[in-house]
Amino acid sequence: MNIIFVLIPLGLVLVGLALWAFFWAVGDGQFDDLESPGWAVLSDDPPARPAEPPR
Amino acid sequence: MNAPAAAGCFHCGEPLPEQPRLAIQVDGREQLVCCLGCRAAAELIEGAGLGDYYRFRTAAAPRPDAGGGGDVWATYDRPEVCGPLLGRDGEAAVVNLLIEGLRCSACSWLIGESVGRQAGIVRASVNPATARAQVAFDTERIGLAAVLRSIAALGYRPHVLGATDTLAVATRERRGALKRLAVAGFGMMQVMMIATALYIGAIDGMDPVIREYLRIISLVVTAPVLVYAGRPFFAGAWAALRARHVGMDVPVAIGIGLAFGASAWNTLAHAGDVYFDSVVMFIFLLLLGRYVEMLARHRAGSTAEALLHLVPATALRVAGARSERVPVATLSAGDRVLVPVGECFPADGVVVGGSTEADEALLTGESLAVTKGEGAAVIAGALNCAAPVEVRLTAVGQSTVLAGIVRLLERAQTERPRIARLADRAAAWFVTRVLVGAALVAALWLLIDPSRAFEATLAVLVVTCPCALSLATPTAITAATATLARAGLLVTRPDALEELARADTVLFDKTGTLSLGRPRLERVTACGIGREDALKIAAALERSSAHPLAQAFAAIAAAPAVEVAVEPGCGIEGRVGAERYRIGTAAYVAALAGPRPATLGEAGVHLGAAAGWLARFELGDELRPGAAEVVRELESLGLTASIASGDHAEAVGAAASALGIGRWQARLLPADKLALLERLRAGGARVLAVGDGINDAPTLRAASVSLALGTGSALAQASADLVALRGELTTLPFAVRTARRTTAIIRQNLIWSAAYNLVALPVAALGWVPPWLAAVGMSASSLLVVLNALRLARRPSPQRGDRGRPLLVREAAAA
Repeated sequence: MNIIFVLIPLGLVLVGLALWAFFWAVGDGQFDDLESPGWAVLSDDPPARPAEPPR
Repeated sequence: MNAPAAAGCFHCGEPLPEQPRLAIQVDGREQLVCCLGCRAAAELIEGAGLGDYYRFRTAAAPRPDAGGGGDVWATYDRPEVCGPLLGRDGEAAVVNLLIEGLRCSACSWLIGESVGRQAGIVRASVNPATARAQVAFDTERIGLAAVLRSIAALGYRPHVLGATDTLAVATRERRGALKRLAVAGFGMMQVMMIATALYIGAIDGMDPVIREYLRIISLVVTAPVLVYAGRPFFAGAWAALRARHVGMDVPVAIGIGLAFGASAWNTLAHAGDVYFDSVVMFIFLLLLGRYVEMLARHRAGSTAEALLHLVPATALRVAGARSERVPVATLSAGDRVLVPVGECFPADGVVVGGSTEADEALLTGESLAVTKGEGAAVIAGALNCAAPVEVRLTAVGQSTVLAGIVRLLERAQTERPRIARLADRAAAWFVTRVLVGAALVAALWLLIDPSRAFEATLAVLVVTCPCALSLATPTAITAATATLARAGLLVTRPDALEELARADTVLFDKTGTLSLGRPRLERVTACGIGREDALKIAAALERSSAHPLAQAFAAIAAAPAVEVAVEPGCGIEGRVGAERYRIGTAAYVAALAGPRPATLGEAGVHLGAAAGWLARFELGDELRPGAAEVVRELESLGLTASIASGDHAEAVGAAASALGIGRWQARLLPADKLALLERLRAGGARVLAVGDGINDAPTLRAASVSLALGTGSALAQASADLVALRGELTTLPFAVRTARRTTAIIRQNLIWSAAYNLVALPVAALGWVPPWLAAVGMSASSLLVVLNALRLARRPSPQRGDRGRPLLVREAAAA
């Protein structure tokens, strides 16, 4: 049973990583619009966007 | 797959004129368009490689203006205009836009792509759900006017919202809530998993070292959940206590605070029981309910932004012989402005040059355009639909009629929360009793046996923890809200369902609600020529008119007439083929065609040529499909239907008799409607108001419960408790039935949790319930309540048409 002394903290670290990823996604606005990104996959590759000059 | 109709314009779907023939190349195929504006928009879209828009869109595009009228947007480049509108994001300037005509996801993709490609644009994001766009751009390389112009060139109409958009505040709030929900959810999974092991260990026996270890892990996980996700409860409780008021947050904060404190103490002291699972589960469930409630609140929108739709951003001010575009905010009373056809009046005023017809339907509910000669008063927000006129302004900004309606709305808004306060008081009553009871139990146990006082008090708090009681209402409402949302009804106020279930009177608006608000040909009496020919000629003449009556002929394909002259208030004259025709009032046609034959009546729209009279068209306001069934069904549910309309008595009476509604009133101003509502309420009626226009907004706001049609004005939607997203009335009876089932389930839940508390409280107070059993009891009673509420979500919605689904999906389903 001693393995749980390693496995549970490891699980908590993974949960922490998942939460960090979720926070990043929320902050990035990925949950603001759940509708239109779904359509993007249906469109053909758009012509390459003119390279944006460095700001 | 993309042409909305074979005979329609490729871009906007409107009927094609016979001449001139305009075409563009799309995907190597020739497609016909109806006007220069559509050709420009389609060429722009195709030329930019965005032709995919036509394949994925689910609605035809708005018809762009074919230029003319000068550059409306140029004023936005003047520093005094754009300065206050722009926010900053690092180096870039940021502007928030509301985009009119945004109909589907393809639209938002199109705008985002085509705006984002221009030089100088840092970022362009468009949200189809809220019709908002945020554009960040480099002011050195591109101006605000150019951004707006590029959106307008696609056929959409951008409105500048300014730097501080309420949406940004809402977005921040939603993101925060989402993060808290995630922390509570992840935490709950971990703690529940460990709690299962602890419960099994309590029965089967467990190595004390492992038990202590698992309890410490639970503590480590619960602490951040409590501090981060539970913060709103502590903040709310603190705010309530400072305001000398006991809200729902106070017992929640005390409950989770005490349970956590006791568990942490027991964990560190290696004794007693822990209730970390109860703490995190409670936090998660409450956060979930609040999150759903917040989403509904955000969807309701704000009044000020809705108003923005109506007043144009700029106006043509007349100075001597010239006129110049100026922002509406710089106008003052006494100024003279020129209002072109198709534009809205920027402020209240008096016509001083020319005559026209104004469409005031959104403000007054009048379905016909009103003739405005010299000296007639016009109101801000009304649409000029016949001829350009010069107007001397009498009132601007806050003193306009439109602003007055908004104030009326705000007054109604402040007068309502009586019911909400009542519900709050009931909760406070229960909560104070629980707290007093817990204190009494603690005091008694301290006298009898101090060592057991804490355990018993905690058991009382956990057992009566307003969990089941506080879940009874929100879960049922949440489940019902989700069911209604699937049927196309958005509930924007949580207690709307309770009121909807109790409503006994339904007050309909007519124009745009029971009727479609657009005229329909009822009868054609032709004389001398065939019926079809008469309709063709009429359609050709009306094609060039913005008059609401012209819509009756819009479905008939015909090339526009030439040499058209519009006589406001009378009719239209024009040439079709070799012949000159007139369409309009009997007197106007008589001036060309001679005395009217007896076979054609006086009323209605007439058509004549120099050779004689040709036809009479009788027009009626087309009733919404299914409106009669809705009225019948509502009456069978025990609601009394009546109509309150701003339209003229003849039209309202006809609609009422067609729908079988006995009680109706016509020619009501917004204030009259509000007065009628007050009279009904004074008579003890619980009124459900249904409407769609700006003029309905105060009524919708003041009624016990209200429904706005999603196709109507944004102001009406912002004021209503329920919004029919698909603009159909047919979901209303279903909503009433669902609301009644919801209140029934809420009552069952409340009775169950009250009975549970009545039994559990004395047992817990006597110290017979160890806190872990109290937590199990609480969880079980909550679970029962939640499962009961979920029965509301189980039944499928009555009709799930595929109208809302994307075109591709529909085609795939048909194939």
